[in-house]
Amino acid sequence: MASNTESWGSRVGLVLAMAGNAVGFGNFLRFPVQAVQNGGGAFIIPYLVSFLVMGIPLLFIEWSSGRYGGKYRHHSTPFILQTMDKRWIWKYVGVFGIFSNIAIAAYYCYMESWTMSYIIHSVIGTFDGMSQGAVAGFFTNYLDVNTSTTGIPYEALVFFVLCIALNTWILSRGISSGIEKVAKIGVPLLIVFGIFLAVKGITLKAGHNGAVNDGTVGLNFLWTPDFSSLANPKVWLAAAGQIFFTLSVGMGSIQCYASYLKKKDDVALNAMSAGWMNEFVEIVLGSAIIIPIAIGYLGIDKVVELTNIGGLGLGFRTMPYLFEQWGPILSAVAGTAFFGLLFFAGITSSLAMGTPGMGFMMDEFKWTRKKSAVAFGVVVMLLGLPTIFFFSQGVFDEYDYWAGTISLVVFALLESILFAWIFGMKKGWREITSGADIKVPLFYRFVIKYITPVALLLVFFGALIRPVNDDWSQLSLRGWKLHNESIIGQLQHKGLGPNTHWFSNSFYAEASGVVDSVYRTGSKHFIRTSAVDSKGQLKSRVYQYEPLKHQLVVEENDVVMAGQAVYTGNVVNRVFYLDMARLLLLSVFLLISLLVYFAWNKRRREGRIRR
Amino acid sequence: MNTPALIMMVTVEVIVTLLTGWFFYKVLTIKPKQEPDSFSENDDVVR
Repeated sequence: MASNTESWGSRVGLVLAMAGNAVGFGNFLRFPVQAVQNGGGAFIIPYLVSFLVMGIPLLFIEWSSGRYGGKYRHHSTPFILQTMDKRWIWKYVGVFGIFSNIAIAAYYCYMESWTMSYIIHSVIGTFDGMSQGAVAGFFTNYLDVNTSTTGIPYEALVFFVLCIALNTWILSRGISSGIEKVAKIGVPLLIVFGIFLAVKGITLKAGHNGAVNDGTVGLNFLWTPDFSSLANPKVWLAAAGQIFFTLSVGMGSIQCYASYLKKKDDVALNAMSAGWMNEFVEIVLGSAIIIPIAIGYLGIDKVVELTNIGGLGLGFRTMPYLFEQWGPILSAVAGTAFFGLLFFAGITSSLAMGTPGMGFMMDEFKWTRKKSAVAFGVVVMLLGLPTIFFFSQGVFDEYDYWAGTISLVVFALLESILFAWIFGMKKGWREITSGADIKVPLFYRFVIKYITPVALLLVFFGALIRPVNDDWSQLSLRGWKLHNESIIGQLQHKGLGPNTHWFSNSFYAEASGVVDSVYRTGSKHFIRTSAVDSKGQLKSRVYQYEPLKHQLVVEENDVVMAGQAVYTGNVVNRVFYLDMARLLLLSVFLLISLLVYFAWNKRRREGRIRR
Repeated sequence: MNTPALIMMVTVEVIVTLLTGWFFYKVLTIKPKQEPDSFSENDDVVR
């Protein structure tokens, strides 16, 4: 029988592991894109305000409630929350703290596996001599599990399994011998890689190696403040959202790491140190890599266009091509450094995602660490497979939306209410300041009680009723058009157009336009329609079809209207995959809830619960 | 770089770097608490 009596090896190791948990892909890929899209340098003002009134308080709440639960030998949120209030509901609220980790790990490990593969491709020179389009196409092919970019069959799957195996092995070695050792190597290395790339980015010179701009042009673009954006609620919500995701709060992994601390040990200084380390990586390093380098070679207009497809696209579709401009040796070094830093940022986060679920099984069902780690690996692999096989159908994004975005906001909101209003600020403040190695400013008592829950409520309602085009001025009692990515919009499958049935005999055009291309890439067949939007920009839609199953009813140069049939045959619509993904996530949540219920009954039978 | 961008960048980055350095320096230099603490590497007896 196992008992979960592990501990951290050293305080520095704990802080680096917590910082590693927070530092992830978002620091390098999401933050700069958010800054570009939300007022450049002015974005940093709401961003830092959000860090002070939402980020730091949540860090204090999670660190101190984790240590509080650890006193009772709980290492996962269901029973950590239950120790803070005896009402039955809290252990089920705590399910979020296991669920989101497992569900996020399922697609996060997939992204992590891309970095492993890209390190190898950078070293062996796969991208040598490739055009920008070819590098972008390489990523598209990589994501198509049937296409091999190296001759390894099912390459994406192979790297995914390798990545999970590596995570499982490290987790099975325990807190101090596994997670902490990786953090002590990974975090300093990613900072070194980041500094190297940032220096390269900032010192780019126009005219050298094909650069069209100095590196400082990108910095100028990123940091020039547009103060008018401060009046836009969209910017504030984007900043609050970025703070939220960058700190890995609302997940339950911070509570789990902190639960291995003893009552008299500090949480306040540790939380501040890990939190600010994440901010250093995000603001100082994250802003100095992809945007300056990309603008240096591609110019501002092209980069603005690329940021619309998100940081992931910029990182994996574009960066290898840009590194190639530095010559074969330096491009291999830069590629290894860039994808290496993403890999270390990823693995230190995915390891943190493994610990709450493992801690729960070890605490409640006396599983060994090894058995728990293997179970985590198997579950994550099974849950991750749909994101690989149905990536193009949107399953990956669906996981990210519900598990990686909405669950975190809901959990953080509920835990902040529990901490400040039910557990109470008197006890809460005592937990934060007990053993503290710094003096925590007293105003945080007020902030945690009033400001943080309200800020989280605003973030939640902002996500719930987000208006189309993020135009908050259209809100009125008579209603408004919802954004496709609002929670209600997602529930209603807004944005999927007329293809609202799981199965149908026809596939209908999602938007009006002209069929400008019917083409084939590899074994896949596509139809592209294009139309000029209200801003004068050409917008294209690409629909995939299978010639053996479908018959085209349009041809090149035809004008199609939204809702008009494009091809007929047996059609399985995207909505089917999205609903299946939701059902799968819901099943995982319910299954964990059931385990929590069994664990609670087991505790009751063993007389470990006072009723 | 234009002046507002330079001021914004330098101010923010200096503040963030100093605070990060200051907190990490405190973590490294504050005297450990009396045993038993949460950390195994400074234990006299190997567990």
